[in-house]
Amino acid sequence: MACEDGRAMEVRLTLNGKPVRVEVDPRERLLDTLRYRLGLTGSKEGCGEGECGACTVLMDGVPANSCLVLTAQCRGRSVRTIESVDAKALGPMLASGATQCGACTPGVVMTALWVKENPGLRDSHTLRELMAGNLCRCTGYDGIIDGLHAWVESDARSGGAA
Amino acid sequence: MLPMHRLEGLAKLTGAERYLDDEPIPGCLWGMTVRSPVSRGRITAVKFDPAIDWSSFIVVDHRDIPGPNETYLIENDQPVLAAGCVRHVHEPVVLIAHEDRRLLRRAVAGVKVEVDPEPPVLDYRVPPRAEQVQRGSDNTIKSLRIAKGDVERALASAARVIEGEYQTGAQEHIYIEPNAMAAWVEGDVVVVRGSMQCPYYVLNALKHALGRDERRVRVIQAPTGGGFGGKEDYPSTLAMHAALLSLKAGGRPVKIVYDRDEDMAATTKRHPSRVRHTTGVDADGRLTAMKIDVLLDGGAYVTLSPVVLSRGIIHACGPYFCPNVLVEGRVVLSNSVPYGAFRGFGAPQTQFACERHMDRVAGAIGMDPVAFRKLNLLRDGQTTATGQTIGGISGGTDRVALLDRALKLGAWEERREEAAAFNLTHPYLRRGVGVSCVWHGAGFTGNGEVYLDSKVQVAGLADGRIEVRAASTEMGQGTSTVFAQIAAAAAGYDAGEIVVATPDTAVVPNSGPTVASRTVMVVGRLIEKACGELKQKLGTRGSGLGVGGLNGDSLRRAIVEWHARNPGREPAATATFEPPPGVKFDDERYVGDAYATYAWGACVAHVEVDLRTCAARVLDFASVQDIGRVINPVLAKGQVQGGVVQAIGWALLEECRFRDGAMVNNQLTNYIIPTADDVPPIEVEFVEVPYAHGGGGAKGVGELPMDGPAPAVLNAIADAMGREVGADPMTIPMTPERLMTLVEAAEGAHGV
Ligand code: FES
Ligand code: FES
Repeated sequence: MACEDGRAMEVRLTLNGKPVRVEVDPRERLLDTLRYRLGLTGSKEGCGEGECGACTVLMDGVPANSCLVLTAQCRGRSVRTIESVDAKALGPMLASGATQCGACTPGVVMTALWVKENPGLRDSHTLRELMAGNLCRCTGYDGIIDGLHAWVESDARSGGAA
Repeated sequence: MLPMHRLEGLAKLTGAERYLDDEPIPGCLWGMTVRSPVSRGRITAVKFDPAIDWSSFIVVDHRDIPGPNETYLIENDQPVLAAGCVRHVHEPVVLIAHEDRRLLRRAVAGVKVEVDPEPPVLDYRVPPRAEQVQRGSDNTIKSLRIAKGDVERALASAARVIEGEYQTGAQEHIYIEPNAMAAWVEGDVVVVRGSMQCPYYVLNALKHALGRDERRVRVIQAPTGGGFGGKEDYPSTLAMHAALLSLKAGGRPVKIVYDRDEDMAATTKRHPSRVRHTTGVDADGRLTAMKIDVLLDGGAYVTLSPVVLSRGIIHACGPYFCPNVLVEGRVVLSNSVPYGAFRGFGAPQTQFACERHMDRVAGAIGMDPVAFRKLNLLRDGQTTATGQTIGGISGGTDRVALLDRALKLGAWEERREEAAAFNLTHPYLRRGVGVSCVWHGAGFTGNGEVYLDSKVQVAGLADGRIEVRAASTEMGQGTSTVFAQIAAAAAGYDAGEIVVATPDTAVVPNSGPTVASRTVMVVGRLIEKACGELKQKLGTRGSGLGVGGLNGDSLRRAIVEWHARNPGREPAATATFEPPPGVKFDDERYVGDAYATYAWGACVAHVEVDLRTCAARVLDFASVQDIGRVINPVLAKGQVQGGVVQAIGWALLEECRFRDGAMVNNQLTNYIIPTADDVPPIEVEFVEVPYAHGGGGAKGVGELPMDGPAPAVLNAIADAMGREVGADPMTIPMTPERLMTLVEAAEGAHGV
């Protein structure tokens, strides 16, 4: 995307564990940088206003709607996208029917990953509360919640990180 | 069949699936639409901001359309681009393309469509004044009628007559991937690729408006992020727009991707409805007369409204037997966005009315709502409103037993008793339970499947695998996976050895649109037939195994040998739809077998209302359905759970608000769909009564789940509120504001 009337600025960040340098318009959204500049199209735009969660990435380990984040704000931070997630870990989500059309799914998986990696969250919140920032129009959520439950449990059983 | 995971599931979970906007197209321009600012009027001028250098933009208006300026569908009354007059806010007028999206947005804002306004119809329920009439004498798009017995005589002699009026609002589909389409020219062929349910609808629309035959148009489905009916007819518009821009740009690719605001404001929605019931019962509570008046808002153009009305009135009596029926339906034109297909296609609206009304009838005659339903549910051997005898291929389901299973799954008795006790003690929470019984005819109505003349091809590939070629699309509901399962079962293969071809009109025959819960039942059956024919073909060609003897390994070997003997040619077989024997429907009189068979369902909802806020919350939900044989339990359950939650949203949360004909809450910020935390786990069970003419024994599953939840939830609200507060909810969405108004009115009436 061209930056015809803003001066391009340099932003260095850690993306999926690797250092990355991009030159962007100061107004450019992280979602557009990921999708159109870096070719990381796993993150989706479902609303562009922070409601649907299809664009969810982890910023310093915490879910963020990348449609509401300016790339400039990512300077020096660590961003994780769906492209970093190992397919082998997702068996429970596949088996439970966590995805149908798949448009919400990358965002759902990123939030689910955050829930899985932070077991303390589950002491104070239900899985449904934790997943409430990701709209899904297909599954009715049972497939997602059941899959996340199984994913979290499998982790607890194996006693380690995925 | 073995349970099987969704074929493309891991690609979706890892974000590797490439939807249209994920695929870079070299040299691509972005396209955008300039729309009407008002709901009705004559276009007096289209003004382009002189400060913009327009020479770098591709600009298209109605004069650039090579063929007729018509959207090819039932009636071709909808222009591709407005010419002379506009009929709804956001009607497309001018198209603009540019490689820089930001400059393009500014350019779109720099075009002014000036309109001399005319009086619009903004409330479909109010008969139009002369100056508002835009079609016929009273804006009627279509009226239809079903009559059986003598309803007036039966009403006159009924022990009790109970009336009611029920209304439902517009609903947005909210597929999470908004509409997206690209077009380019390859040689002399216009190629279109994008998010869609029905590639051949798009093909027909392009042929018509571009004045081309099918050899010069090609339509390819891209992975589609949800449809629910919203990508049934609307993608034709995007495809024509993208193609017109590309043609004007000398064949360069043009991509149109709506953002959420535009998608919500400008595309189709579920038809709003008003349904009136007048019902007669005898002294035992048997239905003796059902007189039903159905009115639908069709919006600005005909689109699919006549068939939505048709399905709506056929389902209007619910799954009950009544000897005397008169259903009169009408869909009328208004100056809102055209209403279109949405999961259920008219049946959820009329069954909301019916099932809410059945509770009110039972209440009026002092009968238990379950006992009343059991007394009146259709038995095999009885007839529907169109005179179809349920039995034979449409029979075999014990609807009373099905209801009992739902009551058990939904803990009806226990929760009902608990709720009564809870309501006595709690200061401000009220609980209630509600039930509903529904049916859904699968496939096109009446002779529709015959007219569709659907075809499927299967072919043996050089490595021995089998490819299924159909135009039926995967949009999340599981078409690809279930097709692979059905073909595998028919060929004696593993599902992994089946290739399901991408719907591409240059490759696949027309298996009909991916709508009407018809894909597994109708198209799945064609896959079985085509596989059978492929076996036969190869068996008679000297494999030494004899006709029908090929299966699994021997079939694989026969395919590989065939390729060795006939290099460059593939063994293939095509199957064409044939109606099940004895199924007959009179399209003129609306008499006969409206559908070859039906799926049946029953729902139980347990709801809590907070008297302080009047917000209702579903605490538990159970759904039991007979969809014939279940081909893939995880996918089938997902269809039911997703449909139930979409229907709960329609019942409680989702309200399209309009001002001067324009949707004003066209954002997910203020058009609220359910989150994971707004709904309980949806309990699902299936009763399997195989359908002899369905793929793998299946009937339709996609739409039935949308029919039952709204009335079950409203019945539960009435149960929670009725005894004490007297509020009788008859309209959805039953938002807190609407319920509060009802409560205040009831309190006023009771002098509280
Ligand atoms: S696209 Fe970012 S929240 Fe919807
Ligand atoms: S799988 Fe389609 S929106 Fe979630």
